[in-house]
Amino acid sequence: MSDRRLLAGWGRTSPTSARLLPVGTAEDVSLAVQAAGPRGLVARGLGRSYGDAAQDAGGVVLDMTTLCRVHSFDHETGVVEADAGLSLHALMGMSLHEGWFVPVTPGTRFVTLGGAVAADIHGKNHHVDGSFGQHVLELSLVTADGGERRLSPADDLFWATVGGMGLTGVVTRVRLQLRAVETSRVTVDTERAADLDDVMDRMVRGDADYTYSVAWVDLLARGRATGRGVLTRGRHSRRDELPASADPLSFAPRASLRVPPIVPGGLLRRSTVAAFNEVWFRKAPRAARGQVQGLAGFFHPLDGVAGWNNVYGPRGFVQYQLVVPEKGVDAVRTAVTLLSAARTPSFLTVLKRFGPGNRGPLSFPMAGWTLALDLPTGVPGLAAVLDRLDELVLAAGGRVYLAKDARLPREHLPAMYPRLPEWRAVRDRVDPHHVFTSDLSRRLSL
Amino acid sequence: MMSSLGQPQSVLLLGGSSEIGLAIVDRYLAAGALRVVLAGRPSDRLTAAAERLATAGATVEVLPFDATELRSHGELVTRAFAGGDIDVAVLAFGVLGDQATAERELALAMEVVQTNYAAAVSVGLLVSQAMRAQGHGALVVLSSVAGERPRRSNFLYGSTKAGLDAFATGLGDSLLGSGVHVLVVRPGFVRGRMTEHLEPAPLSTTPEAVAVAVLAALRSQKQTVWVPGSLRFVMSALRHLPRPLFRRLPL
Ligand SMILES: Cc1cc2nc3c(=O)[nH]c(=O)nc-3n(C[C@H](O)[C@H](O)[C@H](O)COP(=O)(O)OP(=O)(O)OC[C@H]3O[C@@H](n4cnc5c(N)ncnc54)[C@H](O)[C@@H]3O)c2cc1C
Ligand SMILES: NC(=O)c1ccc[n+]([C@@H]2O[C@H](COP(=O)([O-])OP(=O)(O)OC[C@H]3O[C@@H](n4cnc5c(N)ncnc54)[C@H](OP(=O)(O)O)[C@@H]3O)[C@@H](O)[C@H]2O)c1
Repeated sequence: MSDRRLLAGWGRTSPTSARLLPVGTAEDVSLAVQAAGPRGLVARGLGRSYGDAAQDAGGVVLDMTTLCRVHSFDHETGVVEADAGLSLHALMGMSLHEGWFVPVTPGTRFVTLGGAVAADIHGKNHHVDGSFGQHVLELSLVTADGGERRLSPADDLFWATVGGMGLTGVVTRVRLQLRAVETSRVTVDTERAADLDDVMDRMVRGDADYTYSVAWVDLLARGRATGRGVLTRGRHSRRDELPASADPLSFAPRASLRVPPIVPGGLLRRSTVAAFNEVWFRKAPRAARGQVQGLAGFFHPLDGVAGWNNVYGPRGFVQYQLVVPEKGVDAVRTAVTLLSAARTPSFLTVLKRFGPGNRGPLSFPMAGWTLALDLPTGVPGLAAVLDRLDELVLAAGGRVYLAKDARLPREHLPAMYPRLPEWRAVRDRVDPHHVFTSDLSRRLSL
Repeated sequence: MMSSLGQPQSVLLLGGSSEIGLAIVDRYLAAGALRVVLAGRPSDRLTAAAERLATAGATVEVLPFDATELRSHGELVTRAFAGGDIDVAVLAFGVLGDQATAERELALAMEVVQTNYAAAVSVGLLVSQAMRAQGHGALVVLSSVAGERPRRSNFLYGSTKAGLDAFATGLGDSLLGSGVHVLVVRPGFVRGRMTEHLEPAPLSTTPEAVAVAVLAALRSQKQTVWVPGSLRFVMSALRHLPRPLFRRLPL
């Protein structure tokens, strides 16, 4: 027991202790799976999921970040085959110079291929390109029997693994189709929108013209400005949009500021957040077209601030991300009004319009609207507000994102993920004794 | 599992009919679905508590438990954890014992010691081992301000709580980094069954107020909580009062 460690998600709210076992090869994974004890085992990538998905109290957690070789990279086709512990950061560092970018990137580059598959992550391009699993050509999975299988999108186990939160097995390799780009820059249009309806209206009308689209929403603005926001939308810049002297494919993101390990009490109070939001809104141009930005600045602004999750202080924070189908759009309006009224200091509130979902029974995205919030746990009454949001989401036929969750009551899961029985049937076939267990699966009885 | 906002899915109450313990269970149950294991001496009160919680929506299991039967503790704790992880365990059993009688009747004195201290150490260790193995959990130990400085009027009870308090505080330190959190609760005079025959002391409180303080302290990972909070300062003053003076206080 002495080699146990406390592990928590990026929100740092629910630490539990487990044996953390680094793995270097698929054989290591297989041996660990076969030796797993009664509390089971789960894989962990870079721990960027916010909740309790990548931890297993009392059990074994495989540290996948040491399984990170690139096996092949075809410069002509942009097909790469790499170990599941490789980060998108490392992958981009290698492929961008050759004109290939990742097909989907979340708001941070510090996620592994395995984590990207297991959460079936989405990016600002979901409305046109779908989620991560749709760009995976094949993957290797070590299942409960210790065997390694090669899976393609023709297999139902492939789709149970995409979005399966590590509960079908351990992904050891991923074969991925990258995206061709002429430059490492993005050409961005920015617009301020006066209120939530204005934000949504602009998205409905204009998103099709952009590869990437997202809106930041100010939850502390009230009255007529409720839900005011800033839209940023863009596409990969063409070579001819850069000065002739520029290196079109340069990529050297800066790692700058560092937040100290624990900020006493946290820096984020409602007043700070309100002031920040005001500045952010005012700073955004009323309308700006065709600004050329670096990829890191556009996709991963927070990666420039190492350890930024510490600004929330020792008690951490929760993320709440919901999606509702198009016809349930009123739930987003109600949610924003509710959160504004409750004066919850959400600092990063992001609204996006999703395209259609995919075959993964537990994959999060569905055609409609997604809203993501960051909330410090200390806010009085927060639990009741989020319980209320669950009800709204359920009534609208939507769901919350498991990669960000550590609080959803388990009774809501079947309604939010109606294809749960289909997923369970596949999982129970390959892992009848539930060797793959996490705090998330225990909490939600997955 | 404990949610990110401090809501457990299961609670084990040792001293299943304790008013303070049940007030803690009630508060959690009001906020979400809950599995409750009540361990206690079979009685109408225990049965009534189980029925009331089930009616309020809890999944309830009752386990017979007599704290003074130390040898039964191992099996009890195994059974309590057999139905799944225990997120919060509340060590609430205890007896006040009449000081004057106990000074004359050794058997009563030893029962107070056995219940409040020896049994609490035994169950406390067993529960903490089970929680260490499951890699998470919170253990709430009901100590008392009576343990902070012994008083003439109830030093026997006070001495058992002093021992329990020291044990639980040390246990909490030994579990740092294990995922298991021990909270030592030091209530003052709580108006309820245990104290109904007594005149309420100054700064008296209620089981509900103790429950509110316990939930808040668990959420913020505190290791000690006084109820009411002001007692912390009162007791730190009383602790340093010269003995002759302290003896003369009407406590
Ligand atoms: C700043 C920030 C912004 C984000 N933005 C977005 C966003 O825009 N869109 C989005 O979708 N997500 C976003 N996320 C969430 C993040 O992309 C996902 O949680 C992702 O899964 C994290 O990958 P990871 O490697 O850190 O995995 P971990 O957090 O370590 O694990 C996540 C899950 O993947 C499983 N897993 C990890 N590796 C493997 C493996 N090899 N085999 C099987 N299962 C495995 C784990 O068991 C766990 O269930 C963001 C997170 C942060 C911190
Ligand atoms: N009330 C106060 O003023 C006060 C102040 C400070 C601290 N505390 C402490 O808080 C805890 C809970 O007290 P409370 O206020 O909730 O009083 P309570 O309602 O009288 O609870 C005491 C509990 O202990 C149980 N118990 C006693 N002996 C036992 C035994 N041998 N085996 C099993 N269970 C036994 C009782 O069960 P039965 O129903 O079977 O008797 C009852 O459930 C106690 O440890 C107490 O010392 C109380």
